[in-house]
Amino acid sequence: MKNALGQPQSLLLLGGSSEIGLATARRLVQGRTRRVHLAGRPSPALTAAAAELTAMGAEVSVHDFDAAALDTHETVLGKVFAEGDIDAVLLAFGVLGDQLKDEQDPMAAAAVGQVNYLGAVTSALVSAQALRRQGHGSLIVLSSVAGERARRANFIYGSTKAGLDAFAQGLGDSLQGTGVHVMVVRPGFVRGRMTEGRPEAPMATTPEAVAEAILVGLQRGSETVWAPGALRVVMSGVRHLPRPVYRRLAV
Amino acid sequence: MQGPDAPPSDAPLPAAPPSEVLVALSGWGRTAPTGARVTSPATTEAVVAALRAAGERGVVARGLGRSYGDAAQNAGGSVLDMTALSAIRSIDARRGIVDCESGVSLDRLMRLLLPLGWFVPVTPGTRQVTVGGAIGADVHGKNHHVSGGFSRHVRSLELLTADGRVRTLTPADDPELFWATAGGMGLTGVVLSAQIQLLAVQTSLISVDTERAVDLDDLMARLDATDHRYRYSVAWIDLLARGASLGRAVLTRGDHAPLDQLGPRQLRSPLGFRTAGLPAVPRGIPGGLLSAATVGAFNEFWYRRAPRERRGQLQSIPTFFHPLDGLPEWNRIYGPGGFLQYQFVVPYGEEAALRRIVETIARHRCPAFLAVLKRFGEGDPGWLSFPSPGWTLALDIPAGLPGLGRLLDGLDQEVLAAGGRVYLAKDSRLRPDALAPMYPRLDDFRALRARIDPGNRFTSDLARRLSL
Repeated sequence: MKNALGQPQSLLLLGGSSEIGLATARRLVQGRTRRVHLAGRPSPALTAAAAELTAMGAEVSVHDFDAAALDTHETVLGKVFAEGDIDAVLLAFGVLGDQLKDEQDPMAAAAVGQVNYLGAVTSALVSAQALRRQGHGSLIVLSSVAGERARRANFIYGSTKAGLDAFAQGLGDSLQGTGVHVMVVRPGFVRGRMTEGRPEAPMATTPEAVAEAILVGLQRGSETVWAPGALRVVMSGVRHLPRPVYRRLAV
Repeated sequence: MQGPDAPPSDAPLPAAPPSEVLVALSGWGRTAPTGARVTSPATTEAVVAALRAAGERGVVARGLGRSYGDAAQNAGGSVLDMTALSAIRSIDARRGIVDCESGVSLDRLMRLLLPLGWFVPVTPGTRQVTVGGAIGADVHGKNHHVSGGFSRHVRSLELLTADGRVRTLTPADDPELFWATAGGMGLTGVVLSAQIQLLAVQTSLISVDTERAVDLDDLMARLDATDHRYRYSVAWIDLLARGASLGRAVLTRGDHAPLDQLGPRQLRSPLGFRTAGLPAVPRGIPGGLLSAATVGAFNEFWYRRAPRERRGQLQSIPTFFHPLDGLPEWNRIYGPGGFLQYQFVVPYGEEAALRRIVETIARHRCPAFLAVLKRFGEGDPGWLSFPSPGWTLALDIPAGLPGLGRLLDGLDQEVLAAGGRVYLAKDSRLRPDALAPMYPRLDDFRALRARIDPGNRFTSDLARRLSL
């Protein structure tokens, strides 16, 4: 059970080797989390993550989960939920794609959407159903500021996050009064593996800072978390910039 | 005009509304809501039927929802709203015994019994608790040092257990199940009714002595020296005061006023019970209203407002015992983030630990305006009853306070090291492995539950969180 401070005792991390996901898992294990399910494609990173969390005192199980394999989600996640209550599900998988190349290769662009949007929709729906049955739990969805307003530099990725963001908001509203909490997290530019070698956007942040924002969001029971928090204000301005002005901004 | 092809909207309405509704429930602290199917059985038979109908996620009884944490929640399962089971079966006005169903509130008992010259044996800081809840949490009041917990005054109770049987338990004949149920947080079964021994009073007024204590040492010395003279004793403590004023407090202690202390006007209705109150706190109060600054100002006012010393002031029962009942839905002032209450006891002789805890809280600037310190009397026989001989401190804290998790985990360590414990009816965040050292009879409790409820029919969010 989550306690009054939003500290879960069990965690399901979808995207088991995601940097933000693992930074969050580490912090949660330092709190009340004892049971961790890592779901991801088998990789040395996933194995290392499991070992690290185990060393921190968590009871970790690893599940073979491919976000792009939509028709497997019900079975794979069904098994996880059958093992016992899950207090928090962190939907952390996602791919950035390669904007310029993907513009020339429609199927590669679709693959970004397959993971970031469709894969998130199916796994979030399976999780939401299970959380609803158990009557409690938080579903934390990693969105992005890139979904708040499309940018020339990454609108394929941005549009998948826009879709996911809208989906998660609606899902949260549909679960009002069921005891299930959906939290949408919108990080800005996060320095890490995913963005290595890319020009840094203003107000860049780190996986650790996003993780901290997620924990604060859980404590407050927030529905939307921006990381860093100042992005909320900035983006509410950016959202209203006229298109010709916005296009000329080098963001 | 309607023809034979009337649209389907003219079809008859469903016969009866569904008797169970899916609701998100939380405790009085309004934290960690979870969804459950709620039914309101009004008869014993209906409670039995609800137990039978409960699914694999079990069932728990809920009274007026005054537990601060998750004791009366059952995520994904069933919750029995017991307030409809509220018959007064009999009142023995000669011996002072009331036999009532468990959904009856202490408020109702006071209204019924005071005119007859009887008062409830123990009342917590609110009248808005049910008899079942008072037994399940084995609540205590300002008279604990004299009278012990609520369950000590229960002569017998009816308990519906997981096998569907209704058992009548007395402390003499069924000590195990009785004392596992008293303080057992509703996990041994559903308390259906109880016979309670009442306290004879001449008037409905309390004769109150008020005094200020300038710091924590002064406070503890005053409580130590003269508590035994009073039936009721509590101290409001300013946990934001630091330095020389650390632990400054206002003591209010008293007893039921005898007839001869009343003036001519009060003598017209010596046993009258009137309550006055403000309108309920509205919904939608934003968070952050209670900060160290606002609460600090309030505490300063509250301390200065109290007389340095005043003897024999006559106060009404609501004023003395239940000041917050005058502000319905007061828990909303903490905003949507809710709040929690931390209440612990440390044994006598561990005053140094108490001081360190008070210092830590003051250093952390917890905006706690409802903080009380009290001396407990002898421990209660309930296996999971909270009171034990020592100092108990209770404080309310906004749940969103930064660093609160670490702060309270640290206080738990201090309490544990001192041989103390925290109160389950208030708890909403204890580390599960800290529970067993606090409650030595926890293993007995778990074993008894495994025996009488092997299918885990009775469970709650609290039970899941702490593996009770």
